[in-house]
Amino acid sequence: MSLINYSSREINCKVVYYGCGLCGKTTNIKYIYSKVAPDAKGKLISLATELDRTLFFDFMPLDLGSIKGFKTRFHLYTVPGQVFYNASRKLILKGVDGVVFVADSQVERLDANVESIANLQDNLAENGFNIENIPFVIQYNKRDLPNIASVDELRSQLNKWGVPDFESVAHQGYGVFETLKEVAKKVLKNLG
Amino acid sequence: MSENVNVFEDDFWSINEKLNELLKNTNSLSVLLIDKAGQLITTAGDISQLDTTSFASLSAADFAATSQLAMLVGEKEFATLFHQGEKQNIYVASIESRVMLAVVFDQRTTLGLVRVRVKQTVAELIKIFQAIFSKLEGGPGSGGPSPLGSDFASEAESELDNLFK
Repeated sequence: MSLINYSSREINCKVVYYGCGLCGKTTNIKYIYSKVAPDAKGKLISLATELDRTLFFDFMPLDLGSIKGFKTRFHLYTVPGQVFYNASRKLILKGVDGVVFVADSQVERLDANVESIANLQDNLAENGFNIENIPFVIQYNKRDLPNIASVDELRSQLNKWGVPDFESVAHQGYGVFETLKEVAKKVLKNLG
Repeated sequence: MSENVNVFEDDFWSINEKLNELLKNTNSLSVLLIDKAGQLITTAGDISQLDTTSFASLSAADFAATSQLAMLVGEKEFATLFHQGEKQNIYVASIESRVMLAVVFDQRTTLGLVRVRVKQTVAELIKIFQAIFSKLEGGPGSGGPSPLGSDFASEAESELDNLFK
């Protein structure tokens, strides 16, 4: 649910990073936070457990500058990946403008990815969205690990819609901004 | 998607007027209007000490979580929320299930007064928002060209290219 304020000339959009537990959603946001200039970002909020597992969400506001005289700001959220936090995931998708699905490339996490993307589809539907219409990109994370599935295999299991997809190593920043840029582009295209 | 809340200039000023009235009538510190996705629409009062972006995002999450709690006990939603602190308190009320009104206040006023005045303001804001929503859904703009202009998408794309160079 983008918010366009014609009076203060501001546009706010909401992007949610989705995926199974420990796939690297928070790592993506933290990397973006560490690289963005201080005047372009707000506070990073992490509602996490003492072991750094996301409990409710992480949140960071990111200013993209001015587009056609409108101050454009993205609100980046992550969901808690663990299966039993589904109620929270559903809430965070409320009013979403774009989704990044972060997949864990490790072979043993393939089933968890498949389950998570099905869960995303269900939760989007419950919020009145169709995965085929919403700005959506996929990121295959952890490409630096030894036991990973090939991109072709991941693509065939996860990307049946043929949406833009990216390889990444989120903790090193590889692929992080490419993913963000693509989803941001799609969200803004949707507004225009 | 007609879920979007687009606020046009005239509506914005009448909303601001209502918020300022509420601020004055309750003697509270600040009043914030937030949409259910966690985005700040507008504020009244002193917000210099407040991180309003975080405030908006957390209140929306708070409200969403509480609504789920309401459903667990068989309620549609809890229309208001109250958080009591040692010095400052927050009172949040839902407007048409799509927008929230949050009032931050201290000992210079009372919960009772805030509650009564918020109820009045919510009733007035509902009228304004109903007009906004019907404008968005049934108005001449719906389905038509974007009010941002047809070249918005291409300009946004080149702006993004610059930003992520």
